[in-house]
Amino acid sequence: MLLNIKNLHVSIAGKEIIRGLNFSVNKGEIHAIMGPNGTGKSTLAAAITGREGYEITKGEIIFKGQVINDWSPDKRANEGVFLSFQYPIEIPGVSMTNFMRTALNARREYKELPPIPAGEFLKKMEEKKKLVEIHSKLTNRSVNEGFSGGEKKKNEIFQMALLEPELAILDETDSGLDIDALKVVANGVNQLKSDENAFIVITHYQRLLDYIVPDFVHVMYNGRIVKSGGKGLALELEERGYDWIKDQFDD
Amino acid sequence: MEKKIKTIYPLEEILFKHFGEHTDEWKKSDHPSVTALRHEAISYFEKHGFPNQKMEKWRSTNLTGVYEEPLEIFDRHVAFDKKLSDIFLCEVHGFNTQVISMLNGSFYSPENHEITITNEGVIVGSMASAFKKYPNLVEKYFGKISGYQDDGFKAVNAAFWRDGVFVYVPDGVEVKNTFQLIKILNQPNLMVNTRNLIVLGKNSRLTFLHCDDSVNHNTGLTNTVNEIVLHENAELELYKLQNLNDDSALLNQTYVHQDANSRLKVNVLTLNGGMVRNEITDQLNGQGAESQISGLYLMDKEQHIDNQIFVNHNVPNCNSSQLFKGIMDDEATGVFNGFIYVARDAQKTNAFQRNNNVLITSAAHIDTQPHLEIYADDVKCSHGATVGQLDNEGMFYLMQRGIPYSDARMLLLFAFADEVISKINIEALRISIEDMVKRRLRGELSICDRCVLHCSNPEQPIVFDIDISKI
Repeated sequence: MLLNIKNLHVSIAGKEIIRGLNFSVNKGEIHAIMGPNGTGKSTLAAAITGREGYEITKGEIIFKGQVINDWSPDKRANEGVFLSFQYPIEIPGVSMTNFMRTALNARREYKELPPIPAGEFLKKMEEKKKLVEIHSKLTNRSVNEGFSGGEKKKNEIFQMALLEPELAILDETDSGLDIDALKVVANGVNQLKSDENAFIVITHYQRLLDYIVPDFVHVMYNGRIVKSGGKGLALELEERGYDWIKDQFDD
Repeated sequence: MEKKIKTIYPLEEILFKHFGEHTDEWKKSDHPSVTALRHEAISYFEKHGFPNQKMEKWRSTNLTGVYEEPLEIFDRHVAFDKKLSDIFLCEVHGFNTQVISMLNGSFYSPENHEITITNEGVIVGSMASAFKKYPNLVEKYFGKISGYQDDGFKAVNAAFWRDGVFVYVPDGVEVKNTFQLIKILNQPNLMVNTRNLIVLGKNSRLTFLHCDDSVNHNTGLTNTVNEIVLHENAELELYKLQNLNDDSALLNQTYVHQDANSRLKVNVLTLNGGMVRNEITDQLNGQGAESQISGLYLMDKEQHIDNQIFVNHNVPNCNSSQLFKGIMDDEATGVFNGFIYVARDAQKTNAFQRNNNVLITSAAHIDTQPHLEIYADDVKCSHGATVGQLDNEGMFYLMQRGIPYSDARMLLLFAFADEVISKINIEALRISIEDMVKRRLRGELSICDRCVLHCSNPEQPIVFDIDISKI
């Protein structure tokens, strides 16, 4: 099992958001997490990636057999956890090229490997750029500075392609994307998918799942997974909305 | 009526004594207008003394410690006995400069090279020599822009200055090489008063790099007054690079007069220094004049930075902007006062101002205050100031990509500073400064035995301009 979450409780500033969540992911799988706003989907992503301020009060997050509850975000990242941000941060003054070289070398240092030779890095960058149809000039610009919404999301997938994580979490990657950009992003994910990695796709709408076809669909409500199923569940949610879930599981 | 008791500080006593002992001797070589100015200035100083914290402009800067130092007033001519390159070595890769050297407040050059004039008529050299060789030209401008009243340090400078740099660029001449003034103090406990004058004729252009450096850890006080005149459609890029030891104080006053359509660009980079005060007063006196004044300060330990920027829109249709950013660590303290004045008739003015600060520790402190005085009604003015910690969102983003905490922090600090650094037009200089700022943030920038730029050995900007992984 790649990721195993047992009875997870997460609080933000003393307020419990996730209340006893169980969830597991194997290599080679794509999981979609759906649900109405404010049910804890992004909180789950933050808890898995170790964001400050998200306090795990009970339960365990086990990644590749190790409990990672207390690991720093960079250690989790270097072990293979990647988050595609809902709102990527702009970093003026730091070029994409430098940023990705820094990130790749941090990973290599963590694995006690020498820094990546410049030529090899450039080759790899060119290769991955094609995957998400990113323009050359974008990588010469400062990280996300002045990028359009679509460019920022493509850039997240580009970073994912370069860092080759074992577990990638896509947090609302489809929000603010037009249909063309959505196809590019989905195409990137589909090409990166292998038997050795897994994806968690957090989304509000079924639309993205037409292009990234999940093996499992889970519905989150009030801090728990209340319903799981195959890709058919997403279509059902699209048709019926979330009200029937709310009616069934309201505390 | 009770008589006010005024404290006389040791440094004031030293100054009065020095003036009494030297005034007759100075008179022999001084231009008559300089002699008159010295006497007027010393009587102002006798009456008002050094500035104190009761004065609005000095409210947050306490110099009492400096006033109590038994400093030597240094005004001897330094004999030229070493090769220039032995003292002033400053190589910025791919950057051609004409170096102007000052040692302990005195122009440093072989006697016959104290002032030179090029085929195009560009005059550059010692201020004292310029007064002898071109008295009418110098007298026309000297002391006219700065005045000497209203500030104790300015008065002391007017009374005690002995040398400095004079630059004159005639109408229509664009100077290709960058002029680089390197000022060094290499003796202990000096007070040095220097005076610089830069005059740019109509349609002329100049880039000037002004470096204040320490070469050792001696205590010192540098009190500089710069006067700058930009005639119609002239353009000046002025970079001030300050890297002094923790026991040095630098007081730097710059007065600018801008005629119509002239363009001024100033970038003040304060990398280190015990007490640094930059006062810049820019008078926009001709329509269409533009002024862009920016600065970066990186202070730590118990250092103090004080930036006072005055931009006066005296006529319509001028643009100005002020951007100052600072990173304050340990127990460093600082002040930013940005003044914008718009006269009643100065319609269609655009004036902007911003000051952003990152405080690394809870003991670091900055006072930031905008002052806007606007008497015209058709103007666009804005100001903004922020004081904060490093952005948590940004930290998480970088760490989620596997970058460890300390590297992520450095990277964000560098990114914060880069908005100012990126305004440096000369690429080779910008790369050197970026390199210095990175080393400063890592705590590796030292006061070198030579010009600070020389310590720098930045990577070449071919593919990877910065290896952030090593920050």
